Parts: sequence; structure tokens; C-alpha cells
Amino acid sequence: MLKKLLVANRGEIAVRVIRAAQDLGIATVAVYSEADRDSLHVQIADEAVLIGPPAARKSYLDQAAILRAAEETGADSIHPGYGFLAENAAFAEACATAGLVFVGPSAEAIRTMGDKVAARSAAHAAGVPVVPGSMGRVADIEAARLVLQETGFPVMIKAAAGGGGRGIRIASDLAGFETAFPQAAAEALAAFGDGGLYMERVIGKARHIEVQVLGDGRDAVHCWERECSLQRRRQKVWEEAPSRALSDRVRDELCQSAVRLARAVGYSGAGTVEYLYDDEADRFYFIEMNTRIQVEHPVTEMITGVDLVAEGLRIAGGEPLRLRQSAIEARGHAIEVRLNAEDPSRDFAPFPGTVTGLRVPGGPGVRFESMLYAGYTVPPFYDSLLAKLVVHAETREAAIARLVRALRETRIDGLRTTRPLFLALAEDASVQAGAVHTRWLEGWLETHAARLLPELEP
Amino acid sequence: MAQLLSPLPGTFYRASAPDQPPFKADGDAVAVGDVIGLVEVMKSFHEVRAEVDGANIRFACDNEEPVMAGAVLAEVD
Repeated sequence: MLKKLLVANRGEIAVRVIRAAQDLGIATVAVYSEADRDSLHVQIADEAVLIGPPAARKSYLDQAAILRAAEETGADSIHPGYGFLAENAAFAEACATAGLVFVGPSAEAIRTMGDKVAARSAAHAAGVPVVPGSMGRVADIEAARLVLQETGFPVMIKAAAGGGGRGIRIASDLAGFETAFPQAAAEALAAFGDGGLYMERVIGKARHIEVQVLGDGRDAVHCWERECSLQRRRQKVWEEAPSRALSDRVRDELCQSAVRLARAVGYSGAGTVEYLYDDEADRFYFIEMNTRIQVEHPVTEMITGVDLVAEGLRIAGGEPLRLRQSAIEARGHAIEVRLNAEDPSRDFAPFPGTVTGLRVPGGPGVRFESMLYAGYTVPPFYDSLLAKLVVHAETREAAIARLVRALRETRIDGLRTTRPLFLALAEDASVQAGAVHTRWLEGWLETHAARLLPELEP
Repeated sequence: MAQLLSPLPGTFYRASAPDQPPFKADGDAVAVGDVIGLVEVMKSFHEVRAEVDGANIRFACDNEEPVMAGAVLAEVD
């Protein structure tokens, strides 16, 4: 078992990890920037170390400063949380070199899954369906024309070295393809110094469905799926489990495929395999694997009763997987919404400031994951997530009703938040019917955003 | 002399990207509407534009320095 854990993160996830460690009797070390002196994670950890100025690059992303803090405090392990240094293979290696346990998968697994082409090949090799397209880079335009027989139109031409939506072109017919392919190659070479391209079929209306896995480096199990189709600018805002779109047969195939991939890469810790699900074709396709704990992990914890962060700590401490697949049951329905410091009526403009008053929702089936307290000043330097409101009930309908009840109880005075967005979504007929896809919310916002009135409470 | 203030709290940047030249070098002239820097607030970037014409801009704030709303970013003559 780990003895002393340094948490290399801030905000609600640092609080979540510190709580899990303390529940297991593991001593905790928080690290913080000059902007986070008053943070909850600093207050509740057993020790706290200042690691640098507010800019993340000079604090939460400063590997040397974090490793120094671990050495000074005698920590034996580091949890990266999500964002910052999570999914950074070089940092995982640096921890190992310093004799520290990195709570997460091996640097090799992080590297394989972090490379789009390598991840796709690994998935294909493990028998996980991938979006029809090229297996890796296409050599030239003649090879690319052959790939079109797999993909059809519209087809996406992507820079192998691209990312975050950059270096993508879409062709809807052969003439468009003949023009776009050489342009994409030239652009990729100019932008990334690497003209390598790969191709994928464009999946029109799809849901985002992901599978939670836990591995110990040898074996792996799944904790069922989450659906996160409500997104804005590729950021999830509302997540739930289970997905009502799946039949039991497809759910089983989906979850089994994620376990195969986790086993194939010798996955250790908590991870998520993400898919697109095409309702009309009733088929799912691998997109990527996130090699870390995710923001929306509590949704899975609510339906399974498994503490994913605690299991990750036990595995990092050398214990084998404790959970057998047959013992991981999904009960009821859970929904999480992300309360961000943003004004939904003004194009989600960020709204840092001081929490002048706070009323936290409670009661049966309600969980509020947050670093807020009354009097806390939310700094402008980091992301806008203030709290995750998670509800659980017997059915999806009951979970939505409970979500509305809990949102009405919630007050975060002094800030504008995304609370009005979720009250409106919960009343929307398409959301209630679960009839959504990954681009649904952006269309809905075009006609509804202006009415999501800010509620700047005194 | 006039002061150019940050409209928002966040992190001040003098260039559009680390490998780009600054929007304005010390000593440059500025015109109303010129971008003099960016302020990053919770991962979203906002351009800071000059609200006055002026000569000989002098920055009071370093690249990547944290700023509060109303902080003096630069002065011009």
C-alpha cells in the first residue's frame, strides 16, 4: 500500500484524490501555486508545498518543481489527476526514475494511446471496431484512392501529427478529394513539419459513449459505459450512465471490446475507452483511450458503488484487481452536470470571482464534488469547473427529476454559472427522451442560449 | 500620458504565441483599436485593444504575468 501520496493537481480533482487517499489511510501532500494559497485542497491535505507562480507552466506543469516537492516531503507516489501532467509519458518516466510510483498506467501505455495512429492500430489488433479508414498513414494519393473504397464519402483527411481539430479536411466527393488530398499534405508539412495523413469515414449523427475500465497491468475489468453526447465545443457538459441508446447485446460487446484493449496494452489503473455510436447503423467505433481518471468518473461510481479513485490507489500500491467482473453490477441511473464559472447567456464568457454565499444541495442520491466554500475566490488562471453535481435514482426519469430538485437547492452566490443551462436542458423534450447526438447541444444553444439568463445572486 | 488597463483578470501575454513577436515592442506608437496583448481568463483568450492613440508605449506588465481587472498593462505618451 502507498504510504504518502503527492497530488499533482488542483481544484475539485485534487480534493477528490486527497479524500480517497485519506479514506485509505494514506498521508497526502498538496502542491499549489501562488494563486491557490487559499484552496480547499491545500487546507485538507496533511501537508502542502508551494511550487511556483500562478501560470500553470511555472507551477502545475513544472515537473522538476513537483518532483522536488515529492522528495522534500518524502512522498512515495504521485497522482496526476486529469489535465496538467496526466497522460504525459515523460512525466510518468521521470517519476519512475525518481523512485516514485506514478498512479496510472505505464509510460508505454500512455505513449501508445496518446498517438492517434498507434492507438487505432492497437484497437484494431485487439478486435475493437475502429472508424472505417486507413490503417495508419497513407503512402500517397494512389493508396488514398484505394482507402476510399472503405470509407465512402464524406471522408475526413487528417494530419497524423495534428490534434485538437487542427489539420482536418473533409471531402464530399471524388473531385473534392482529388483537390483536398494534396492540399492537406502540403498544409500538414507546413504546419507540423510532417506531411503524413490518414483517412476516416465521417460519422454523421453519433453519440459519444465511453467505457470505464480498471486494470492491474495483467487483467482488466469494465465498470460499464457512460454517455456524454451533450457537448459544447467538444467539451462534455452533461454525462450519464447507463446509455439508454444501447441494447443489452451491443452494451455487452462494447464493454468487452474495451476490456480486450485494456488487456492488450497491459493497462494499469483507471482508464476510459471512448467510442462513437451510430444509432442508425447500431454500430460503435473506437475513437481514443484516455489513460487517466476522468472528470465524469462519479457517474460510474454512483451506478456501481465502486470507488474508482481508491481502486486506482490500491492498484498503484501493488494490489491485484480486487473486483471480479461478475461482481460489478450497474444499478439505477446517474447524471452529472458540470457547474462552470461561465455565463451561458453571453457565449459562456468566463466569470471568475468571489463566492459570497454557498448553498450545497443534499438529500438522497445527491453528490456535490467541489472545492468551493463561502468566501473562496475563484482565480482566473485555470479552468472554469466549480462543481460537479451528480445525482442517482432508480430510473432516468427519476434521476432527471432529482437533478432539477438539486439544481434548485444549489446556490453559488457572487458568480455566474452554467446552472441555468442544466435547468433548461432538464425540461427539454429531446433531452428527456434521450434523443441527442454530439452536435445536438450546439444547435439547441443557437435558439436557447439568450434565454439562459444569468442569475448573479447578491 | 495615458494608461492602458486590463479589462479582465487573468494572465497577460504580449504575443499571440510563444514563437511569435510581441504585438507591440517598447517604444512603439499605438492607435485606437491596436491589439497590445492578450489576457487569458480560464483558458479563453481575450484581445486587449488600445483605447487611445499614443507614442512610446512602455509595458508595466511582463509577458505571462498575472493581472487583476484594472491593472496597468502599459503607459503611452
